[in-house]
Amino acid sequence: MKDTAIEFRQVSKKFKGAGKPAVSDVSLTIREGEFITILGSSGCGKTTLLKMVNRLYEPDSGEILLFGKPIAKENPMELRRKIGYVIQQVGLFPHMTVAENVSIVPKMLKWEPGKIKERVEALLTMAGLDPEQYGKRYPRQLSGGQQQRVGLARALAADPKILLLDEPFGALDAITRSVLQDELLKVHQEMPKTFLLVTHDINEALKLGNRILVMNEGKVCQFGTPREIVQHPEDPFVETLIRSAREQERLWEELL
Amino acid sequence: MIQYLTRHYDDLLRALAEHLQILAVTLVFSLLIAAVLTILAVYFRRFGEALIQIFSVIYSIPSLALFALLIPLTGLGMTTTVIVLTAYNQYLLLGNFTAGIFGVDSGVTEAARGIGMSTFQILVKVQIPLAKKALFTGIELSVVSTIGIATIAAMINAGGLGTLLFDGLRTMNFNKIILGSILSAVLALGVNAVLKCLEKRLES
Repeated sequence: MKDTAIEFRQVSKKFKGAGKPAVSDVSLTIREGEFITILGSSGCGKTTLLKMVNRLYEPDSGEILLFGKPIAKENPMELRRKIGYVIQQVGLFPHMTVAENVSIVPKMLKWEPGKIKERVEALLTMAGLDPEQYGKRYPRQLSGGQQQRVGLARALAADPKILLLDEPFGALDAITRSVLQDELLKVHQEMPKTFLLVTHDINEALKLGNRILVMNEGKVCQFGTPREIVQHPEDPFVETLIRSAREQERLWEELL
Repeated sequence: MIQYLTRHYDDLLRALAEHLQILAVTLVFSLLIAAVLTILAVYFRRFGEALIQIFSVIYSIPSLALFALLIPLTGLGMTTTVIVLTAYNQYLLLGNFTAGIFGVDSGVTEAARGIGMSTFQILVKVQIPLAKKALFTGIELSVVSTIGIATIAAMINAGGLGTLLFDGLRTMNFNKIILGSILSAVLALGVNAVLKCLEKRLES
């Protein structure tokens, strides 16, 4: 049994002016090295749940622990520097080169320049971008898929134990998305890190996750392996999700 | 007119120098105050919005009226002029500065926050470099506006190119009126050209 990486204890969050809570009484445990996908339709609270892990949002009640330590006691900036963060809009800094973008967190953590350079080269190579060729380019000179590769490299730069990904492939075309999903799986296999990925795409959730957290209206519907979710849906919402995915599959069968 | 120029060039130069002095002093105060207020607006957004509202009201008061209102407090001359011009500039500077900074792509600022930058680091390392264009627009507008409105300050004894214009009007001396107008236009265009050069250089 591996150590607990992330633990939610009765976490709730309601936004001002909203009728219902975005996240309602969520308790769960994620082990170190797991790849968790959080699946749900928009507005189900999946992004809110993710953003509470690096304190971009604060819970109204309950607490979140990383490796046994409550995060509420940590300095939010220092906490975030220890957690990788990837978002759908990528959010690379357009006025900085690819290499500068990747080196930003190690620089904030005051790593030695030599070590930073080495790390940037290793990460760009891992992301499939030749450091010589791409390091000095600016984000606008890259394709959408290449930009998200750099986004991933930036998130991994300071070797975080936890990586949060908020619909990282949502804005990419189907082929690029599939290639990047495979690469992300490879990265996860090579590095013993805990990944938390938010998606509304059931196929993506099933393909990437060791376990899938299905959410609806701020609550956890089911938390289990892809097989458990597909074979034993515990909740009407999960059943509906699987049925809709099956219907798409049937469309394919008919066309073939 | 050429005769006038050769005979009175020292007067013209003095007026020009005074005008430049008003411009320089006003800009130093305007930029310092606008910088502080912009930083406050980044931390307290509501406060920033309220400030812009207030300065827009001040901006809508005619300069002559504002000069007249301040004379009992700060008297005639340079001090009153600089206060009024600086107050006008806040609307142009703060408006453009905050619009530029808050206009930076929200994905970029969210990523910056998510990787652990402080509000101040985001401002200095991300928002200001990306809002450079809007910052310059604000400065250029305030320079041109200051040069223009400063001519009216001659009415309250602040000197500058406005003295040529008002003297010319009073004595129906067209040479003075035309030369005063040309000089203030040339000054505005010249300073603007210098700023544009600076902007280009900073961009590359």
